Amino acid sequence: MNTMFAGTLLMLVFGVILGAAIGVAARFFRVKRDARIDLVLELLPGANCGGCGRAGCSDFAAAAVAGEIAPGACPVNSQANKAAIAKVLGVELGDAVPMRAVVLCGGGRNQTLQDTIYNGVTDCVSASLVAGGAKECRYGCMGLASCARACPFGAIEIVNNLAVVHAELCVGCGKCVSVCPRKLIKLVPADATVHVYCSNPEKAPAKKRVCAVPCIGCRKCVRTAEGKFVVNNGFCASAAYDAAPFATAEDVEKIGCPTGTLLTAARHLEIERTEPDWSMEKK
Amino acid sequence: MSEKQVHTFRGGVHPVFDGKNFASGKAIENAPPLAEYTLAISQNIGAPPELVVKVGDKVLKGQLIAQAKGFVSVPLHSPTSGTVARIEPVDGAMGMPVPGIVIAADGEDKAAEPMPPMDYATADPAAIRDRIRDAGIVGMGGAAFPTHVKLAPPPDKKIDCLILNGAECEPYLTSDHRTMLETPERVLRGAAAVARVLGVAEPLLGIESNKPDAIAALREHAAKYHVRVVELETRYPQGGEKQLIAALTGRKVPAGGLPMDVGCVVQNVGTAAAIADALDGIALFERVTTVTGGVVAHPGNFRLRLGTPVIEAIRFAGGVTEEPGKVLMGGPMMGFAQRSLKVPVCKNTSGIVLLSPRDVTQYESTGCIRCGRCLEVCPMHLMPSLLGSAVESEKYELAAQNYIMDCIECGACAYVCPAHRPLVQHIRRGKAELRRQKQAGKK
Repeated sequence: MNTMFAGTLLMLVFGVILGAAIGVAARFFRVKRDARIDLVLELLPGANCGGCGRAGCSDFAAAAVAGEIAPGACPVNSQANKAAIAKVLGVELGDAVPMRAVVLCGGGRNQTLQDTIYNGVTDCVSASLVAGGAKECRYGCMGLASCARACPFGAIEIVNNLAVVHAELCVGCGKCVSVCPRKLIKLVPADATVHVYCSNPEKAPAKKRVCAVPCIGCRKCVRTAEGKFVVNNGFCASAAYDAAPFATAEDVEKIGCPTGTLLTAARHLEIERTEPDWSMEKK
Repeated sequence: MSEKQVHTFRGGVHPVFDGKNFASGKAIENAPPLAEYTLAISQNIGAPPELVVKVGDKVLKGQLIAQAKGFVSVPLHSPTSGTVARIEPVDGAMGMPVPGIVIAADGEDKAAEPMPPMDYATADPAAIRDRIRDAGIVGMGGAAFPTHVKLAPPPDKKIDCLILNGAECEPYLTSDHRTMLETPERVLRGAAAVARVLGVAEPLLGIESNKPDAIAALREHAAKYHVRVVELETRYPQGGEKQLIAALTGRKVPAGGLPMDVGCVVQNVGTAAAIADALDGIALFERVTTVTGGVVAHPGNFRLRLGTPVIEAIRFAGGVTEEPGKVLMGGPMMGFAQRSLKVPVCKNTSGIVLLSPRDVTQYESTGCIRCGRCLEVCPMHLMPSLLGSAVESEKYELAAQNYIMDCIECGACAYVCPAHRPLVQHIRRGKAELRRQKQAGKK
């Protein structure tokens, strides 16, 4: 009985002493930390994607509080959370356009010639090192999912041997842009939903030889929808992403792209999913 | 260094089946003329030469069609007489189209006026070096590095050792073997000319022990040209520049360094033979190429004009007996798989290998099992297992710290890996990625 009492007392005394020691230590060795950092951190998505250029969300939060980075600089964050961060920091939220990635190639399995068999490492960089990749078009998507693996949000799917970005999942962090060895991925304003799915700068006959859906540089889109399309290098058109208004589904209808390269993102995905008969042999 | 002793380096492999028997007994044949030759304009490392002819121009065999632009560049000569038909991109050996020129032969094969002949023993060394450049000679073992650049080392590098590379360690290839066997004096004369340019008294010619006939042929004439023929162990990659230097001199080229850092210059024996021709006044417009492999009807060694499409070279060898599994330019260890058979023969095409479908077995690769076999065989004494995993997990920094850039891509590691890991492929990707990052950093 006595032993038990002594033990309990001893533990109690130890507890009080150590508790006091911790209390004292917490007071004297305290690291000063801005409480706002935690508040900002809570308003961030927590994916640590690095899309803002910082090491992760906590690094972003510290930088935002220190005034080194704009509160709206997180490309992933919702507009409401961005505003909330600006409020915590007591600064104005500049208007940043939310961006989305888009893979500018429409040459899937049935649309583009692919007469070499590549059986090496399933990675786009490795494939491009072996005889320039299996696809006949040297500018097209190889469909080996290097971008899909790089995406922290699972927004890229390989459909019909072609990388397709799901805009509703994409947050525009830009991680995929740098991994694509063909430089096919572009960050565009989220409101732009019409794209020219071709990035091949060659002349039309060279493109038509290898692909059923190339941009042949006919400039029909540039003439029909004034200011919404540009031809950058003479042989491949591109939607104009610099400023709104962007092209719409009606514009696509009106233009009637002769090769079917100019599409809305939704229609593009639908076509690749249903694998229509574009077969190059039949052409 | 005794002639009895067999020299070698540390590491390497010896493929059980080296495929040399297909063509090693076949004498070099001249290829019949073609109606059209498609040449890649740039057939050398460094600056591509500049065209001096235009469409419709008449050219003669051996006539200059593109002149060297800058120091690290060599001229290009016409492989036959005829007219310039087109100037257009041609399929390149790396799978990408490259600038090219098409010459339509007139069938006469009329040679241009040769350059005045030179005597290797009395000519001015600088004049020999200029002749080597004017004849358009590059490293014909595969690298295609302009030879005259190697022969003009910076003044602070003292060259005291010239090595002739006759190892031909790559399986299947026998073009150097046949060149040494059939024209030993040409090889030795070229070697003596290079030795004169560099001021080296006695060049060494390293040759693998699996070519006893060529060794005997060379030794018969070697004394006359003051060349010492040294037998090497049959071991891949004995013909790697750094491995050859280690085997013959015991010197070690520092990481990221060049043979000249240890006072050595290495030249391929095919290059030496071309140099002998250059001294006779003939520019480089043809080369010996082995067309071989399990599915080739009549494998052999052919004297092919530059610009001969691969498909024509295969026709010279009697075509194929069955659909090949893979067509390689170069040997099976280091060669490049081709996507197009229109790719032309270049100055560095030592072989065209057609593997049968049975030879190109696909293996399922698994994770590294840490057996360490790749470390044993790596001739550069790197850690391929670590480099492969580092690249796979995209830790390029780690790969760079472990000297990924020193990899010579010989493929010995992937050859022995029991887990069938694509180690060379990973390392090549890592090197490409690091080069890209370096270039992006410069901008």
